[in-house]
Amino acid sequence: MTTTVALPLGALLASLLASVVIFMLPERRHGARIAVNLSAAALKLALVCVMIWGVFQGRAYGLRFAVLPELDFVLRADALAMMFAGLSSLLWLLTTVYAVGYLEDSPNRSRFFGFFSLCVASTLGIALAGNLFTFFVFYEMLTLSTYPLVVHRGTPEALSAGRKYLAYTLTGGAVLLLGMVWLQSLAGDLTFQPQGHSQLLAHQDRGTLTAIFALLFAGLAVKAAVVPLHGWLPAAMVAPAPVSALLHAVAVVKAGAFGMVRVLYHVFGIEFSAALGLLGPVAGVAAFTIIYGSVRALVQTDLKRRLAFSTISQVAYIPLGLCLLGPVGTAGGLVHLLHQGLMKITLFFCAGNYAETIGVQRIDALDGAGRRMPATSMAFTVGAFGMMGTPPLAGFVTKWTLGTGALAADMPWVIAVLVASSLLNAVYFLPLVHRLWFRELPGAWPREHHHEGRLETSPWLLWPPLFTAASILVVGLLAAVPFSPLSWAELVAAREFAP
Amino acid sequence: MTLNLLVAGLLFTPLAWAVVSLLIGFRAGRWLAGAGMVLQAGVTLGLVWTLTGQGGFEYALGDWQPPLGIGLRVDGMALTLVLLTTLVASACGLHAAGYLEADRPGQRYFWPLFWFLWAGINGVWLAGDIFNIYVGLELVTLAAVGLVALSGEPPALRAALRYLFAALAGSLAFLLGVALLYGAYGTLSLRLLAEAVQADGTGSAALALMFAGLAVKTALFPVHAWLPPAHGIAHAPVSALLSALVVKASAWVAIRLWLDLGPVLGSSGGAFLMGLLGTAAIVWGSWMAWCQTGLKKLVAYSSVGQVGYLFLLFPLTFAVSDRVAELATQGVMLHLISHALAKAALFMAAGNLIWAVGDGRIVSLAGAGRHLPLSLFAFGLAAVSIMGLPPSGGFTAKWLLLQAAWQAGQWGWALAVLVGGLLAALYVFKVFAACYVDKASGDDFHYPPRRLDLMPLGLAVMALGLGLVAGLPLHWMGIGGAP
Repeated sequence: MTTTVALPLGALLASLLASVVIFMLPERRHGARIAVNLSAAALKLALVCVMIWGVFQGRAYGLRFAVLPELDFVLRADALAMMFAGLSSLLWLLTTVYAVGYLEDSPNRSRFFGFFSLCVASTLGIALAGNLFTFFVFYEMLTLSTYPLVVHRGTPEALSAGRKYLAYTLTGGAVLLLGMVWLQSLAGDLTFQPQGHSQLLAHQDRGTLTAIFALLFAGLAVKAAVVPLHGWLPAAMVAPAPVSALLHAVAVVKAGAFGMVRVLYHVFGIEFSAALGLLGPVAGVAAFTIIYGSVRALVQTDLKRRLAFSTISQVAYIPLGLCLLGPVGTAGGLVHLLHQGLMKITLFFCAGNYAETIGVQRIDALDGAGRRMPATSMAFTVGAFGMMGTPPLAGFVTKWTLGTGALAADMPWVIAVLVASSLLNAVYFLPLVHRLWFRELPGAWPREHHHEGRLETSPWLLWPPLFTAASILVVGLLAAVPFSPLSWAELVAAREFAP
Repeated sequence: MTLNLLVAGLLFTPLAWAVVSLLIGFRAGRWLAGAGMVLQAGVTLGLVWTLTGQGGFEYALGDWQPPLGIGLRVDGMALTLVLLTTLVASACGLHAAGYLEADRPGQRYFWPLFWFLWAGINGVWLAGDIFNIYVGLELVTLAAVGLVALSGEPPALRAALRYLFAALAGSLAFLLGVALLYGAYGTLSLRLLAEAVQADGTGSAALALMFAGLAVKTALFPVHAWLPPAHGIAHAPVSALLSALVVKASAWVAIRLWLDLGPVLGSSGGAFLMGLLGTAAIVWGSWMAWCQTGLKKLVAYSSVGQVGYLFLLFPLTFAVSDRVAELATQGVMLHLISHALAKAALFMAAGNLIWAVGDGRIVSLAGAGRHLPLSLFAFGLAAVSIMGLPPSGGFTAKWLLLQAAWQAGQWGWALAVLVGGLLAALYVFKVFAACYVDKASGDDFHYPPRRLDLMPLGLAVMALGLGLVAGLPLHWMGIGGAP
C-alpha cells in the first residue's frame, strides 16, 4: 500500500480501531483506556499533519473503490478537507484530555469513549469524503454515534433531548438523501472538485437544480442548526460538557456547515450557484440566523444554553461568508470554520469547569468566579472577547475578512449584520465577564469540589481551555503567517476562483 | 458428476440429516448438526466455484427431462440465496445449540425440523418448476409451524395453529393457481411457461391466485396478522430463522413469478396494488412495532414492515425501462439479503438480552448494556441496516430502490422508502432509549454463555458491511440461467 492510500486510511482507522478496542476493554481498565484514547488521538493528529504538509506541496492522497457499478466510495485529501481534518484531530486530542478529567469516577465510561472515538472517526470521514455518497455515509454515522453521547446520563431529560436530536437529524438526513438521489439520477456520481461541475450541470433545467439544491441545503442546515431547523441544539445541552464542546466546535454543526461548502463550491461551483441565484437566499437565511441566535442568547439564564444559542448565531457566519462571491468572502467563511471551533470549545470547556468545580450552571451564580478560578475565567474572557470580534483575536480576523469580502461582493448590508451581531455578542458576553471579575462572591459555592495540588481545578480540565484560549490569540495575531487558518483558507478560496 | 454431488448435497443431505436427527436426542443432534453445517458450507462453496467458473445451468434430477422430471434451475440468484441460507441457518443453528435447554421435552424435535426446513428452503431456491416450488414451500411451512410450537406451551400452540391455518389457506390458493396454469399451458416448468404464456384471463387469474397465496405466506399487509404472534413467541433462534429465511422463501417465489410471467400476465393496476400494499405494510408494520411493549414482538412487527419493501418491486419493474427494472430488482434482492442477515442478528441479540434481564419487556432493558454490551452492540449494528442507514446493505438497497423510483418518475415509492427508514428509526431507538435509562444498582442479571454473542455479532457485521461490497452479490446474481 502506498502512502497515498495509507495516510488517509490510517488516520480514519486510528479512531475507528480505538473505538473498537475501547468497547472491548472492561469498564475498570481506566489506565489502558486513557492510553488507547490519547495515543490514537496523537497518532491521528500526526498523520493529519503529515498530510497537511503533503497537500501543501501539491501531493494527492486518497482512495476510490466501486460500491455499485455507478457509485464510488471516495476518500480524498484536498486543501479544504485538511482544514476540517486538522481542526477535528487537534480538538479531539484536547477534548479527550478534558473528558478524561471530566468523567472521572462516573459510570459507563467505556461506552462513552467508544462512541466518542466513533464520532470523531465520522468527522474525519466527513472531511475526507470525496463525493456526496461518501460524505453521506459518514454524515449518518455521525448522527448515530452522537446519539449515545447526548443521552449518556440516561435521565428523562437526556432521553427526550436525544429523541429530539434524532427526529431532526434523521429527517434531515432523509431530505439530504433525496437530494442526492435526484442529483445522481440527473448527472451521475459527482466527485467533489474545485469549481464544481458547472459545465455538466449547465445543461439541466434551472428549476430542477434549484429544487435539488434546496433539498441538499435543508438536509445540511439541520445539522448546522440554521434557523428554523435549530431546535435540537439547545436541547442537546443536557449532554456532558465535553460532548457539548465537541458537538458545537467540531462534530455536528460543523459537519453541516462543511457540507454546505462542499455542495456550493465542489458540486455546483460557486459561480454557477451565483448564476442560479442561490446565494442571495442562503445569505438571507444565514443573516437571519445570526441575528436570531444572538437575540435568543440574550435572554438565556443558563450558561450552556446561552452558549448554545451563541453557536447557532456564530455557525451561520460560515454560510454567510460562502455566499459573498469572491475569494475574500469565501476565505472569511472558511476561516470561521476553524476560528469558531477554537473559540466555542474554549467557552464550553470553561462552562464545564465552572459546573464541575464550583457547581455553577446558572449565569447569575457566576458572581466572583474569577477570583476562585482565575485561569479558567481568563480563558473564558479570551473566548468571549474573541466571539465579540475584539482585535487581535480570532473572531476579529473572521469579521474583518467577512466585511472586506462583503464590500468586494457589493453586499454592504452584510456589514450591518456583522455590526449588529457584534453588538449583540457584546451585550450577552460582557455582563458575564463583568460578573466573573467585578462582582463580589455572595456566599458559598453551590457544589464545590476541591482538587489536590495548587491548581484551581483538575489539570485534565484546566490545560485544554488554556491551550485553546492561547491559540485564539495566536491565530489572530499570526493570521498572515503561512499555515495559519486564514492563509490556508485563502489558499483554498483562491483555487475556487481561478480563471 | 460434480454437479450431481453438489445438488444432491444441497437437497438430500438436509433430508437425511433430518431423519437421522429424529432418531437421536437434542444433545447428540448438536454434533450431527455441526457436521451437517460443515458439509453444507463445503457444498455451497463448491457451487460458488462452479458457477463463477462456468455460469448457471439447468439440471434435470435423475436425468428425467421436463415436463416429466424434476428440473432445477441453478443460476446466480439461486446461488446467492443458497449462500445466504448456509450463512444464516448455520448461525441460527449454532445459536440454538447453546440457547435451547436440552432437557425440555419437545426439544428433541428441534434438529429434525431444522433440517427439514433447510432442505425445503434450498428446494425453493433451486426449483425450476412451479409444482416443486409448491412442495418446497409446504415443507418449509410445516417445519416452521412445528418449530413455533416447539415449546409446547399453550400460547405457542395457539400461535402455531394460527400460522398453520393461514399458511394452508395460502398454499391452497397457490396450488389452485398452479393447477390453472398447468391446465392452460400443459407445463409446470417456469422456463417453458415463460415462453408459452399469453395474455389471457386464465393466466392472469392463476397469477393473481398464486400471489394471493404467497402474500399470506409472506405476511404482506393486510394478511400479516399471523406473523407477529408466531415470530414473537418462538425461541429466539427459531424466530431468527423464520424472519430471515422462511418469509423470504415465499417472497422470492413471488418475485420470480413476477419477473418470469409478469411482463405478459401482469397489469399495471395489479402492480400498483402490490406496491400500495407494500407501502401500507411498511407504514403499518413500523408503526405497530413502535407500539409494542415486548422486545421480540417489536422485532417481529419490524419484519412485517420490512417485507413491504420487497413488494415495491412490482410497480418498479412493470412497463418501465430495462435500466429501472434492473435497478429495482437489484435493490429488492439486496434488501432481501441484508434484511435476512440483520433480522436474524436482531432476533438472536434480542434473545440474549431477554435471557440476561429475565423478561421480554422493553422497559426491563435498563442497564442491559453494562452487562451484555456485545449483544446490544450487535443489535445496534443490525438496526443500522434495518433503518437503511449507511454503510449497511439496507442502505445500498434503499439507494438502488430510490434511484429506480426516481428514474421511473414514480416518486411516491421513493417517498415510501424514505419514510419507512424514519419510521424504523422510531422503533429502533425506542429500544435504545430503554437501554440508556439510568437504573439504580441491585441489577439481577443472568449471563448467557459468551459464545452466544458471536452469532448475532457476525451476522450484524455482515449486514453492515454488505453495503460497501454490494457489487459482489449483485455480480453473482447477474449470472444467468442456462443459455
